[in-house]
Amino acid sequence: MNRRVGIGAIDKKKLTEARFRDRGEELAADQLRQLSSQLGTLKSKVEEFAEKHKNEIRKNLEFRRQFQEMCASIGVDPLASSKGFWSEMLGVGDFYYELGVQIVEVCMATNHKNGGIMPLEELFQRVVRSRRKTSGQQLSTDDILRAIDKLKILGNGFTLIKLDRGRILVQSVPGELSLDQNQVIQVAQETACITVLDLKVKLKWQEERSKKVLQDMVSSGFAWVDLQAGVGNSDIVYWFPTLFSASFNSDATS
Amino acid sequence: MNRFEQLSVEAYSSILKTEENIAKQRSVGLYDGEERSPVFDRGILYLTPTNLIWIDEEDESLAIRLHLSTIILAEDQRAGSDQSSKISLHLNPPSENFSPVQVSEANHVKLSFREGGMTEFFRRLSDTLMRKRWETVVGVKPVGPPSRREMRTGISGIEKTLQAQQATVNIHISKAFEDLSNLMTMAKDTVNLTKNLVSRLKNKQGEITEDETTQLKSYLLSLGVDDPVTRDAYGNDNSYYRGLAIEVSSVMSKPLKEKGGLMTLTDVYVYVNRARGFELVSPEDLLRACRLMESLRLPTKLKVFDSGVVTLELSDLMDADVVKRTKEALDKSPLTPEMLSREFGISVVLAREMLLLAEARGAACRDESIEGLRFFPNKFVLSK
Repeated sequence: MNRRVGIGAIDKKKLTEARFRDRGEELAADQLRQLSSQLGTLKSKVEEFAEKHKNEIRKNLEFRRQFQEMCASIGVDPLASSKGFWSEMLGVGDFYYELGVQIVEVCMATNHKNGGIMPLEELFQRVVRSRRKTSGQQLSTDDILRAIDKLKILGNGFTLIKLDRGRILVQSVPGELSLDQNQVIQVAQETACITVLDLKVKLKWQEERSKKVLQDMVSSGFAWVDLQAGVGNSDIVYWFPTLFSASFNSDATS
Repeated sequence: MNRFEQLSVEAYSSILKTEENIAKQRSVGLYDGEERSPVFDRGILYLTPTNLIWIDEEDESLAIRLHLSTIILAEDQRAGSDQSSKISLHLNPPSENFSPVQVSEANHVKLSFREGGMTEFFRRLSDTLMRKRWETVVGVKPVGPPSRREMRTGISGIEKTLQAQQATVNIHISKAFEDLSNLMTMAKDTVNLTKNLVSRLKNKQGEITEDETTQLKSYLLSLGVDDPVTRDAYGNDNSYYRGLAIEVSSVMSKPLKEKGGLMTLTDVYVYVNRARGFELVSPEDLLRACRLMESLRLPTKLKVFDSGVVTLELSDLMDADVVKRTKEALDKSPLTPEMLSREFGISVVLAREMLLLAEARGAACRDESIEGLRFFPNKFVLSK
């Protein structure tokens, strides 16, 4: 008796589940239809909008920022695909993809000088200079960061190194800085140079550790050696060409 | 900057005498939009219930003011890319018959606090803006025509036309902002519906047919909704990516041959988009398309090195060919990745990968010193 009740109950449950599933399928199909009609309307609205304001997106940086932020807030990435309708109709895609191309070109051109690390500010200036011909378009560092963000997936190329007070270094070669190397950059960011003694004083590092880190940085092209700055061997000064313009720029703006 | 007006010494001293002085900060510079202003670079900034007044630190006769009613929104910016903290002010379009200090396209200005004090100033400014005292304080509203520097009629004529143009542009832009936010509200609904549908699918698989799933995926992609559903090998069933794969493959075949058979995907991105000129390809699309190449049996394919470097290479390229070419170059002289990159006209990243590959195959030996990584031909193996 008990067993039959049990089976009956299970059968019943199965039936209900099946009914729910049917209902669910119906709902999903319904929703999909609803979605496709909504998308149609949205598309026509975007078209309408594009007709009126396409230029603003390209030319006005505040407007662009607003657009990006709004997209982010509703969980949309307008730059993901060139076939997405934001990109196709509004031309936002082309704007950022072109910027991406220019960023790569600038980074490649300066790679030999700075070992592939450049302050965001300098990258920005260089990109602005390189795109004179398309003048009339305002550009902000925010745009640069967004474009870089998109480039990241093409291999582990671009990384950002954050310094104090919101300053950012853009690394355009693969390979992340080690924790130690990062600390050295942090300490050196004001003066663009550093000695083993500085590291001993500021980071309480043993001489061997400092030497190892600095030599690694020299060999990967991030640091340059200056033997003439001091008298003794302990006074070798390590310069970071990457930080030259960062400290130069900050002199100019502060 | 076209919302600021010039103040004479008498004018500002009278304002500062009659109005309450809420805040004062030294060493403040102005930015016209994102451009640093060369003229208004270092001055004292005063906040009264109705005005922001900026007076040059060296030349007291150089003073400008901004009526607080023109400010739509004030934002503090602690983390700029450069040092000083800033307040940025978003401004209403200037009223007609207003004679600004400077003609400008930007709809915002920035106050750069070179010697700190931003937080305090910002707090007081926001507070003052909220109170809107200028609506009640009538007495001190705009004082007659501001004294201006001498200007020839011609120039001021030009300025006026520019101003008029600017005014229409401004109206247009604020309309654009309005339209944008309407559009986004609408988009939001659609996105929510999409996400809802996707989460249902995730919880109970197989509710909709194969065709419908494809359809949904294409919607997600076109809307730009990032979701695992769109990420997993969507490309296979999409003609756009197949087409793109074929295009990229044919565009890149020649340069690839010239560069020794492989290029980093970043370089390919630059190359393909330079070749296109417009209707550029997004990095994500490029990657998706390249992933398809192998299954489409195209003459090029994607290759990921152990280091994470992604390259596009000729399908018939064998590692042995790369090693052989690298070795030939090494036989001429020992090489660093930089030198090889110049020799072959490829990026340093790739040159490094090629040398490491040669090393792994026993064709090269490394010399790691403070001068960086340098490779020599492997004489140990050869001598056997």
